[in-house]
Amino acid sequence: MSRPLLEVNDLKKYFPIKGGLLGGIKAQVHAVDGVSFHVSRGETLSLVGESGCGKSTVGRAILGLFDITAGQVVLDGKRIDQLSARVLRPLRRRMQVVFQDPFSSLNPRMKVRDIIAEPVRNFGLATSKADLEHKIRAVAELVRLPQDALGRWPHEFSGGQRQRIGIARALAAEPDLIICDEAVSALDVSVKAQIVNLLQELQKQLGLALLFISHDLAVVEHMTHRVAVMYLGRIVEMAPKREIFAAPRHPYTSALLSAVPVPEPATDRRRVVLKGDVPSPINLPSGCRFHTRCPYAFDRCRVEDPELRLSDKDHFVACHLQQPGLAGVAGVAVGQD
Amino acid sequence: MPDSLPLLEVVDLQTHFRTPDGINRAVDGVSFTVKAGETLAVVGESGCGKSVTAMSLLRLVPEPPGKIAGRILFQGRDLLALTEREMKAIRGKELSMIFQEPMTSLNPVLTIGFQLRETLRLHEKVDRRTAERRAIELLDLVGIPESRRRMSEYPHQLSGGMRQRVMIAIALACSPKLLIADEPTTALDVTIQAQILDLMTDLKRRIGAAIVLITHDLGVVAEVAERVMVMYAGRKVEEAPVADLFRAPKHPYTQGLLGAVPRLGASLLDAESKLLEIPGVVPSLKQRIVGCVFAGRCPHATDICREAMPALDVKAPNHIAACHHAATEPAAA
Amino acid sequence: MIFVALFAPILGTVDPTAIAARLRTREPSALHWFGTDMLGRDLYSRVLYGARVSLIVGFSVAALSSIGGLAIGLFSGFFRAMDAVVMRVMDGIMSIPSILLAVALMALTRGSVGNVIIAITIAETPRVSRLVRGVVLSLREQAYVDAAITCGTRTPVIVLKHILPNALASIIVQATYVCASAMITEAILSFIGAGTPPFIPSWGNIMAEGRALWQVKFYIVLFPAIFLSMTVLAVNLLGDGLRDALDPRMTKAA
Repeated sequence: MSRPLLEVNDLKKYFPIKGGLLGGIKAQVHAVDGVSFHVSRGETLSLVGESGCGKSTVGRAILGLFDITAGQVVLDGKRIDQLSARVLRPLRRRMQVVFQDPFSSLNPRMKVRDIIAEPVRNFGLATSKADLEHKIRAVAELVRLPQDALGRWPHEFSGGQRQRIGIARALAAEPDLIICDEAVSALDVSVKAQIVNLLQELQKQLGLALLFISHDLAVVEHMTHRVAVMYLGRIVEMAPKREIFAAPRHPYTSALLSAVPVPEPATDRRRVVLKGDVPSPINLPSGCRFHTRCPYAFDRCRVEDPELRLSDKDHFVACHLQQPGLAGVAGVAVGQD
Repeated sequence: MPDSLPLLEVVDLQTHFRTPDGINRAVDGVSFTVKAGETLAVVGESGCGKSVTAMSLLRLVPEPPGKIAGRILFQGRDLLALTEREMKAIRGKELSMIFQEPMTSLNPVLTIGFQLRETLRLHEKVDRRTAERRAIELLDLVGIPESRRRMSEYPHQLSGGMRQRVMIAIALACSPKLLIADEPTTALDVTIQAQILDLMTDLKRRIGAAIVLITHDLGVVAEVAERVMVMYAGRKVEEAPVADLFRAPKHPYTQGLLGAVPRLGASLLDAESKLLEIPGVVPSLKQRIVGCVFAGRCPHATDICREAMPALDVKAPNHIAACHHAATEPAAA
Repeated sequence: MIFVALFAPILGTVDPTAIAARLRTREPSALHWFGTDMLGRDLYSRVLYGARVSLIVGFSVAALSSIGGLAIGLFSGFFRAMDAVVMRVMDGIMSIPSILLAVALMALTRGSVGNVIIAITIAETPRVSRLVRGVVLSLREQAYVDAAITCGTRTPVIVLKHILPNALASIIVQATYVCASAMITEAILSFIGAGTPPFIPSWGNIMAEGRALWQVKFYIVLFPAIFLSMTVLAVNLLGDGLRDALDPRMTKAA
């Protein structure tokens, strides 16, 4: 078996909250608290969860945009989380990013041509001026930007077109992996469909791996091969797409799926409405992080933190109900119609 | 439902904005009615004029640069003919509004309790004690735990979902006849959105207020609305009961919109499907559009679409759409 | 209008330092448009020459403190390790009223236009650097900066290509406000005799000299005061105009 393209092992990122006169650390935000997964070549793994679950922090940590608190990020067998900026820079080419906000992700004072040229120049991918121009045009065509787009400023484009520019910039580096951080969330329905289709085509055409970070479960289902569901800085369930959407095993996943409004008025679905709000990542609940909102929580959940375990082929769940011997109960309690 | 006078009747509403480079026809001749106790959803993508429509109903559009024309008959009275003073008395009492981002519509330096009591005392002339009691009842009604303690808290101490509940409580304070909700759940996470949608359906049953729900989320529409009006580029292009609209959309734009939304669970039925794309972008509202507003992006557009503006015709019982070709392709989708 | 005044010394009717004892404290007339002062010098010419000093001081201080502030602000905004130290030093300087600081600095040196500029620059730089640092910190959070990092852009290039051009607009606007405030500070320094030496006509000097006579010959104070106010107002309006004009959304495709 070959190595996966990207491995993340027990990743932790705590943000200190400074306070007081001396700027001492008062508390810590446990943004990401022990997350492990891998992404294979040409595969899409989606990180889903609600705001504050740490999914975007995972993406930014992989990109090396800040130092991580603990854990490992391994790219193609090589640990990259401890490298100096100088050693990391050439490796950055292999992992690119597309951000959510198509307005803040493009420098307003650079023309589209210069935006796309930046990674090509930085990584020395073009042999000559003509080659650079050729590469820029090829990438622009790949994302179906109009011919005259290159000489224009970002603010002249609509949100969807800007997102194409962002994707073009990522592709220009000729990466193996693109991290899409809510890349289609800010777009209108019809434009969203355009970008989703584009990303899927590009993946097939170029054999890209995608780490698709999103809260939109319907888009995720459409895009992904595997799904990791995050809650309060942890992965609570990770499985291939069909498994997650057909037979979720973690109560949070079930609730999340049943909460999504479906554009079919006739369907009368049984909905699990979770009570209360997500607890603060500063003062985490004891035991299982989900027990404060879980409809099936029992005594053990309040004291013992469940581990993410393999419960079936490729299906990982962090829930006490999924322990051997209790599986039957969970199947009844959590299963969806 | 008995055939009585509608609660709200909007006739040929036009809201235009003067801008340095021309007049922006944000809403361009939209008519609709809302019956008492009914939920009408107004759907469309950003820039289609749905939010401006909502603001116009409450006369919250800044004038100038904005200008509202047409008639807005609320319980038989034309809101556009009222003085600002008379409008203030109606706003928040018989006609109230919930916004997308509760943080900006709640005053950050006043407690929740104060803001609720003020609304009550402003419109209902009740004494302090009664206002206090009613405020706590309202917080209970919208499902805020420990309502008595919450009264003395400030908006920033509450989570997004709780703030939206407070907004709903304030909106319901004077038992309005009509509630206008502009993207009330868009800023919320799905599990919190589910809570708020449940609350709204539940409250509607109990209080009987009519709701005009402005949203871009077709899933939300399907869950709470009874009738749907689809807007595109400042015009109404289709209106139908919710089940009919989702089952057999008549207008190509509605069809495109429904096809562009990925369905949860769809992958379990068939392996690989592509989302339907609507090519191109929304036309600029600063130029007067001749013909059908959707002609530039429509797969079925012909010469007549580019020359003549289609009328809103009845295509099926209670189902109207503005399309030259909808009748010739009966329920194609 | 102000820029005409800059080149206007040519328009001066009489040598502004020429003393004419017979013509002392004349009322405004056709020959001496604004009248003459107590030494019989032509007030109109002196006011025009005073514009020179004010504008030189204003623009020099604006330029120098912008460059200084930019360097310090970029540095502390991008290298967080040094941030706290640098900013505490700046806070320290800012806690002293800028006029007092300038007076103290002037006391240490000889009175000359150059020294006035240096003194006011030192007093104004911390404010600019604070602003730059704030702008840099907010720009750093922009997604396009993160995208540039993942694109392998080196830190100095990020500062020059992604941070600086976007920070420039607000710095230029701030510079105009610094310019206006420097003119006022210069006038105050000259007025209290701690600024431009008396033999160089500056608005502050003229007003200081006219002060003794202001109840009888109010125009000696009035004209430079009007010019000072108009100039400061114009420079501030220029700043507001620039802020709108420099918005990137206003740039049309070339």
